[in-house]
Amino acid sequence: MESDSNKIIDSFTSGEYKFGFITDIETDMAPKGLNEDIIRFISAKKNEPEFMLEFRLKAYRHWLTMKMPEWANLKIPPIDFQDIIYYAAPKKKKVLASLDEVDPELLDTFSKLGISLDEQKKLSGVAVDAVMDSISVKTTFTDTLSKLGIIFCSFSEAVQKHPDLVKQYMGSVVPYTDNFFATLNSAVFTDGSFCFIPKGVRCPVELSTYFRINAANTGQFERTLIVAEEGAYVSYMEGCTAPQRDENQLHAAIVEIVALKDASVKYSTVQNWYPGNKNGVGGIFNFVTKRGICKGSNSKISWTQVETGSAITWKYPSCILLGDNSVGEFYSVAVTNNMQQADTGTKMQHLGKNTKSTIISKGISAGHGNNSYRGLVRIAKNAVNARNYSQCDSLLLGDKCGAHTFPYIQVENTSSIVEHEATTSKISEDQLFYCQQRGISMESAIGLIVNGYAKEVLKQLPMEFAVEAQKLLSISLEGSVG
Amino acid sequence: MTTDLKEIITKERMIALFEKNRKEIFKNDPEQVSELRQQAFDSFIRLGFPTTRMEEWKNTDLKEWLGKEYDYPLKPQQGMDAHQIFRCNIPHLDTAIIGQVNGWYVSKDVPLIRLGNGMILGSLAQAFREYPEIILPHYGKYAGTGKSGLTDLNTAFACDGIFIYVPDHVQSPKPIQLINVIQHDENIFLQSRNLILLGKDARLSLVHCDDSYNHQASFSNIVTEVHLDEGAVLDHYKLQNLNNNSVLISNTAFHLEKEAELVSNFLTLNGGMVRNNTDVLLNGSHGNASIYGLYLMDRKQHIDNHVYVDHAATDCTSVEMFKGILDENSSGVFNGHVYVRKDAQKTNATQSNRNILLTDTARVYSRPFLEIYADDVKCGHGSTTGQLDNEAMFYLMQRGIGPESARMLLMFAFANEIVGKISIPELRFRIEDMVKKRLQGELQICEQCVLHCSTPEHPMEFDIDLSKI
Amino acid sequence: MLLSIKNLHASINGKEILKGINLEVNAGEVHAIMGPNGTGKSTLASVIAGREVFEVTEGEITYKDKNLLKLSIEDRAREGIFIGFQYPVEIPGVSITNFMRTAVNEIRKYKGLDPVPAVEFLKMMEENKRLVEIQSNLTNRSVNEGFSGGEKKKNEIFQMAMLEPVLAILDETDSGLDIDALRIVANGVNKLRTKENAFVVITHYQRLLDYIIPDFVHVLFEGRIVKSGSKELAFELEEKGYDWIKKEFE
Repeated sequence: MESDSNKIIDSFTSGEYKFGFITDIETDMAPKGLNEDIIRFISAKKNEPEFMLEFRLKAYRHWLTMKMPEWANLKIPPIDFQDIIYYAAPKKKKVLASLDEVDPELLDTFSKLGISLDEQKKLSGVAVDAVMDSISVKTTFTDTLSKLGIIFCSFSEAVQKHPDLVKQYMGSVVPYTDNFFATLNSAVFTDGSFCFIPKGVRCPVELSTYFRINAANTGQFERTLIVAEEGAYVSYMEGCTAPQRDENQLHAAIVEIVALKDASVKYSTVQNWYPGNKNGVGGIFNFVTKRGICKGSNSKISWTQVETGSAITWKYPSCILLGDNSVGEFYSVAVTNNMQQADTGTKMQHLGKNTKSTIISKGISAGHGNNSYRGLVRIAKNAVNARNYSQCDSLLLGDKCGAHTFPYIQVENTSSIVEHEATTSKISEDQLFYCQQRGISMESAIGLIVNGYAKEVLKQLPMEFAVEAQKLLSISLEGSVG
Repeated sequence: MTTDLKEIITKERMIALFEKNRKEIFKNDPEQVSELRQQAFDSFIRLGFPTTRMEEWKNTDLKEWLGKEYDYPLKPQQGMDAHQIFRCNIPHLDTAIIGQVNGWYVSKDVPLIRLGNGMILGSLAQAFREYPEIILPHYGKYAGTGKSGLTDLNTAFACDGIFIYVPDHVQSPKPIQLINVIQHDENIFLQSRNLILLGKDARLSLVHCDDSYNHQASFSNIVTEVHLDEGAVLDHYKLQNLNNNSVLISNTAFHLEKEAELVSNFLTLNGGMVRNNTDVLLNGSHGNASIYGLYLMDRKQHIDNHVYVDHAATDCTSVEMFKGILDENSSGVFNGHVYVRKDAQKTNATQSNRNILLTDTARVYSRPFLEIYADDVKCGHGSTTGQLDNEAMFYLMQRGIGPESARMLLMFAFANEIVGKISIPELRFRIEDMVKKRLQGELQICEQCVLHCSTPEHPMEFDIDLSKI
Repeated sequence: MLLSIKNLHASINGKEILKGINLEVNAGEVHAIMGPNGTGKSTLASVIAGREVFEVTEGEITYKDKNLLKLSIEDRAREGIFIGFQYPVEIPGVSITNFMRTAVNEIRKYKGLDPVPAVEFLKMMEENKRLVEIQSNLTNRSVNEGFSGGEKKKNEIFQMAMLEPVLAILDETDSGLDIDALRIVANGVNKLRTKENAFVVITHYQRLLDYIIPDFVHVLFEGRIVKSGSKELAFELEEKGYDWIKKEFE
C-alpha cells in the first residue's frame, strides 16, 4: 500500500507544463543589458512624459546601490542582469482601432490559453486586458466601463491619457526605493494595467489581465495600478503563462492598490508561469511586489492567489491597514512540484483602529519542491482593537520535498488579539483508504483531497477563475491525467 | 586578580584582553581544550558581538549593555564564604547544592566531589585536570564553534564552571541545585562554562538558578553543554532571577541520543535583559524533548527565548511551549525553530507561544518557525497574543468575583500551565508562590536571593490547593 | 417584590433585542420563560447579569428595591443573582476549587463575613457535589475545560448550590441533556428551593417543567413577553408548538 501510493504520488507529481508553446510573432526588441540609455530608449519608445523618465532614472540610480535580498528560504542561482532584454514588444503598425487589426497570431495565442479577446467575452462579464511581453495588446469592454467613469486600460495608455492620476498614485504604495526587484521594475517596466474606479461606482464586471511572456531572453516587468475611490468596488483577476524555454526568465512585477474610504478591492491571481522541467531546467523567476493600502476608513483589500507555476516564487501580497476599521485578507494556495521553490506569504501592517486581517495559506509540496510561508503581522501601537487570524497549513506529497512556515508576529498594544495556527501533514493512509473503499481511484482520491485541502482558498476566487484554478491544481500535481 | 575592562566592551578590547592574559587563560587546559580555545577565539575575531542587523538578534539590542564598564575577574576571588552565600534554599526541598560565585566554582570542602555511586560534581577546571578522559569526548562538541560570536567568546575565555557526571545506569538520589550567584561591588562581566553528562539510562533532576545579590550591573555569557546518552532522563529547571541591571546570555546545548528524555523549564522572573539560546539535537530515534518557558516581565525588562530543535532521527517528539505576561515597558521575543531533517520520519513536533500584554507600551515579537523536509510528520504551531479572555472575566464576575481577583486568577491560570509542568512538588509550590507574588507586584529583586526573601509565606486570597490541606 | 422589570429595552451593536419586557418575580416563586429560538431569552439573562455588550436603552430593573442597572456584574452576583449559562465558558488552568473558593469568599467579604475556613469549605464542596452527583475528581479540573455538555450543566448547578443565590436564572440548562442528567439537574434545583429564593427557568421545551414545576409560565416572542399563565400554558405550547404564538403575534 505504502509503495503503491508513493508510486502514484510520483506519477501524479511529475506533470508537465501545458502552456509551453512559443508564438511566432515579430518582436520589437531593445539590445540586451541595462544602462541609462536603455531606460531612455524604453521611455522614448513609449513616448512618455518627462516625469516618467525621471522616475525611471531615479529608480535605476538607486537600484545600482542595492543588493539582491538573501533572506528568503530559496536557492537562487546568480542572475546576470546584463544578459536580459528589457524591452520586447509585439510589433504593431499603428494604434489599433478594432479587434480585426490585432495580429491573428496574437489572437491565436490568447485563444490557445483559453482567453478570447473578442467581443463575445462580454457575455461572460469579464473585461480583459491582455499583456504579452509586458506590452498590452488589447483591452476589451472599454466602452461599457467608460460610461461608468471606470478607466481600464494599459499602463502606457494611462500615462498618455491620465498622466495626473498616474503621477498621483504611481509609487505611492510601493515606492521606487522599496526593494531590489521593485526598484528594478520602477526603472524598466514596460507596460501593465491601469484601473481607476471613481467614487461610488461598483464595477459591474470582473476586470482581468492576462500576462504572457513570449520572447526569449526577455524579462517581464509589468506594473499594475488600481485605484478605488470612495465607496468604489472592483474585482480584479490576473493570470499568467509563459513558453517552455531552457533558460530562466525573470519576471519582476509590481502591483499597487489604493483603496479610499469605504472602497473594496478584490485581487485574484492564478499564476502559472512556466515552472521549468522535471530536472529544474528553465522556468520563470517570479519576484513580485504586490501591496495595497487601505487608506480610508472601512476600506478593504483582499488578495487571493493560486501559485502553481514559476521555478522560483518570491512574493508577498501585503496590506497596509491605515484607515480605521479597514480589512485586509490574504488567501493563498501555493504548489511546488519537481524542483520548484516558493517563498511566499503576506504582510499585514495594522496601523488604524479596529483593523482586521485574515490570512489563510495552504502550501502543497511535491517532488523535490520547497514551499515556505513567510508572513508578518504587525500591530502598531495606535491600532487599538486590531484582530488577526492566521492559519498556515502545509501538505507534503512524497518524501523529497520540504514545507516551511516562518511567521513573524509583532504586537505593540494591549487591546489587540493575534492568533496564528499552523499544521503540517501528509495525506493520510486512512483518507486514501476511505476514498478507495468508496470506489475512488487513488489518483482521483489524491486530487480530491488536495482540492478539499485548498477549498477554503479556492472558494474566494471569482467563479470564472475558480474552475480554472481547480483544474490547474490537479494538472500541476498530476502526471497521468490530461 | 581582577582585570579591569573599565571601558565599553568592544570586540577589539576583548581580543586585546585575551592576548594579554593568554598564559593565565590557557594554564589548566588539556591540549585539546587549548586547540578549541584558539579556534573559538579566531572565530570570535571573525564574528564579533551580535548586532540588530543579524536576523537572530533583530529585536534584541546588546549595544546599551555592552556600552557599560565592567570588571572581568579572570581568577576566582578569595575570601568568599560559601555557607554565607548559599544559605538560599527552598523549604523542604532536599537538594545537593553546588555553587558558583561570579562564574567561579565555590566550595567549602574540595573542588571536586566523587560520590559512592560514581557521580562526580564540582569544578570544571578541576575536572579538566582529574578526568580528561570523561570530559574530552564531549567538551565543546555540542556548543560548537563558528556559529555564534558569543558562544565562541565563552569558549575562548571560560576557565571554570560546573561539571556534573552521572555514570551509566545511575540515578541521582536527589536533585542537584546549581546556584550561580553574582555578587560584586562593581559592575561585572563573567563567562562560565558548564558541562553536564548523563550516561546510558542515567537520571538526574537539575535545578539551575541564576541570582544576583545586589543591584550592580552584570553581563553574564554562560554556555552549558548537556549530553544525554541512550535512555538518559534529565529533568532540568532554569530559574532566572536577576536584578534589572543584569544581562544574562544563557546558551544551552542539549544533545540527546536514542530514547533519551529531556524536560527543560525556563522560568524567567526577573532580569534586565535575558536571552536564552536553547539548542536541542535529537540525535537518536525515540528521543523526547519538552522545552517549556514562562516569563513575567515588567519595567524595561527584555526577554528573548530562542529555541532551536533539530530532529535528526526518526520517531522523536518535541514540544515547545512558551508563555509570557508583559507589563509596563517590557518586551518579549520568542523565536522557535523546529527543523525536521529529511530522514526524520514519524516526527511529532509542536510549538506554541502565548503572550498577554498588560500595557500599551509592552511589546511582543513572536516567530514560531517550522522547517520540514520529511513527509511523514505531525507538526503544528500556534501563537497568540492578546489580553485576558473577556468571556472568562464575565463568567468569573457573574460568580461574584471582583475584577482584580478575576484578573489574578486568569493570569495565574495562564502561567500555571507552565508551572504545573514542574515535577518536583516542593519546587512547584515555591514557584507557584513566587509567580503569584510576582503577578501581584509584590516580588521585587531583594538584597538577598529572592528564593528566600519572602518569608513567612502568606497564602494568596485565591489560593487553595487540595494537596496542601 | 424580589425582581421587577419594567418596559425593558436592550440592544446589541445598535440592534434592538428586548423591546419592552415586563416581569415581576417574588421570593419563593418559580417562573418559566419559554419561546422560540432567537427571541431574546438569553439576552434577558445577560442583561440581568449586567453583561456590557448589551445596552439598556429604556426601562428599569429593580431588585431587592435597588436599581439593579447601577450595580457592577460582580455586585449583582454578590447580591444573590446567579446565571446558569447555556454555554458555560471554558477557563483553562483555573481549578474549580480555586474558582469557587474565591467566589464564596468574595461574596462573604461583601456581606461583611469572614472567609470560610478551608476544612469547612471542602465539606461544602463535598456536599454539593453529591447533590448533583458529580464524581469527586471533577472539582480538581479546570473550570469547564474538556467537560461534556452534561458535565458543564451539572457544574453550573453545583456552583449554584455553592453560592446559594437569591435569584437563579437558568438559561436552557436542559438543552443537550439526556434524561438522567436532566433528572439530576432538576433534583438539584428542587432541593435548593426555599421560601426566600426564586428561580427563573429559561427553556425551549416543556420537558424540564415536568421536573421543575413552575408557578408561572411566560412566552417571550420578538423581545416581548406576549403571554403569561400557569403551568398549563407550557402544555398548550408543547401541544400546539410555537407557530401558534407566531401566527397570533406576527
